[in-house]
Amino acid sequence: YFHNLQELRHSASLATKVFIQRDYRDGTICKFQTKFPAELDSRIERSLFEETLKTLNCYYAEAEKIGGQSYLEGCLACATAYIIFLCMETRYEMILKKISMYIQEQNEKIYTPRGLLLTDPVERGMRVVSFAKSQDGFLNSLASVGSMCKACIC
Amino acid sequence: MSAVMITRKVTRKWEKLPGKNTFCCDGRVMMGRQKGVFYLTLFLIVGTCSLFFAFECPYLAVHLSPAIPVFAVLLFVFVMAMLLRTSFSDPGVLPRALPEEANFIEMEIEAANGNVMAGQRPPPRIKNVQINNQIVKLKYCYTCKIFRPPRASHCSICDNCVDRFDHHCPWVGNCVGKRNYRYFYLFTLSLSLLTIYIFAFNIVHVVLRSVDSGFVNTIKETPGTVLEVLVCFFTLWSVVGLTGFHTYLISLNQTTNEDIKGSWSGKNRVQNPYSHKNIIKNCCEVLCGPTYPSVLDRRGVMLEDLSSPTPSDASAASTHKSSNPVSQTTKSSAPLIPNEHTPDEAKPGIGAGTQKSTSSPKEEKPPSPTSPNAVAPAVIKESSH
Repeated sequence: YFHNLQELRHSASLATKVFIQRDYRDGTICKFQTKFPAELDSRIERSLFEETLKTLNCYYAEAEKIGGQSYLEGCLACATAYIIFLCMETRYEMILKKISMYIQEQNEKIYTPRGLLLTDPVERGMRVVSFAKSQDGFLNSLASVGSMCKACIC
Repeated sequence: MSAVMITRKVTRKWEKLPGKNTFCCDGRVMMGRQKGVFYLTLFLIVGTCSLFFAFECPYLAVHLSPAIPVFAVLLFVFVMAMLLRTSFSDPGVLPRALPEEANFIEMEIEAANGNVMAGQRPPPRIKNVQINNQIVKLKYCYTCKIFRPPRASHCSICDNCVDRFDHHCPWVGNCVGKRNYRYFYLFTLSLSLLTIYIFAFNIVHVVLRSVDSGFVNTIKETPGTVLEVLVCFFTLWSVVGLTGFHTYLISLNQTTNEDIKGSWSGKNRVQNPYSHKNIIKNCCEVLCGPTYPSVLDRRGVMLEDLSSPTPSDASAASTHKSSNPVSQTTKSSAPLIPNEHTPDEAKPGIGAGTQKSTSSPKEEKPPSPTSPNAVAPAVIKESSH
């Protein structure tokens, strides 16, 4: 364990970060740029990266959609003077949970085997999607134990 | 294997948040800095309504209809609910950039600006983005170290960047931004209705009673009426005017901040790229849009090591230690790694302890003989929550 920890620490401190910024072309809705960054060229196939980001963008678009369901939620909540939000979870929050599960699944299946770690943008104020790139691929053990502990904490 | 008895206060993230907000109820309530005017607002509303229920309602319930006080109560409850929601919620604060993100942005800026001669002022940090075919300039915030998203602005009173910043309202003691704008609007609207309601029924009450007892006697019997009429009269002009102004802004999908700065007005300026050019659509987006969750994890637990560990928990701790990779390990054989170099995102499932870059609490703990023990306190804290 001792030996592993030292290596983990060593690799974690050498991890570089790649940040994917927001795409504001369609307004202030939450959407991330799908342009493939050069720094990830050696680590992951472009199609997988684009697939992940497009799915994330779809989730956010669904959460921020102004339609029948959001009207219903808004009107119902207003009628109760928004007291109902003290006990009920909003649609956006439910979709955020789905997103975090999706990101965890993507990390387990695609990113950590390639020495990358994808972070949920909600932890960065919805500003960036960040990829942590390890130098020597040791992020595998880091992330798998992390996801184990996520189960305990959540 | 004996359990380590660690008694310490749980530190939640709100305690370490930068900015000048006030927090109550262990992070559940978030307000601006100066609360005096907010207390005045509360006092005026509660005071005037109490006078109305005490003096006018008994007479009106008997002589006109019991529905009058009932509706007044409902309206009062709605006004208070909207006021408290506006004042106590997160307006849409954008968390500050962590060191890695800030450095990444700095590098991008330097790359874009090229070499600046010594003595020359560096060019202003502005990013141009195209939104709905209009060019919008995004400014860099030196305090938060981010390029502000469109429509966001930095509030100097609260010292935070707020998304879709409208204005800082001293009457509610908080900023009005993306998350609480609709509550603010509903507050001004319902308060206008309440003020008009109380004012109208005060007049009705005085008239009805004067017919029976005469005007002077009426005032003697219900002295509260004079006070109520005064408060309502002055409130009417300001609150109804404010409601009208915000109705106008909503129909154009503009914020008070943009209106004051004249962002979308004038010949040479850009047209408002966020407006749907349709009043109904604009109103629907602002009032019936989705309820955005807060991105400040105020009640998340921060991992902290405060007490010294015991050797007996080494084996229990070791299975979890890799989940707290760098910041918690203080091996005597290796130098301490400051938080700036630790990838906080490397702990995917653990939301705690990643907001602030200051790691002094973690590094202040006394060096321990072997590494597994150094991790023990934090691990135990984690498992107990």
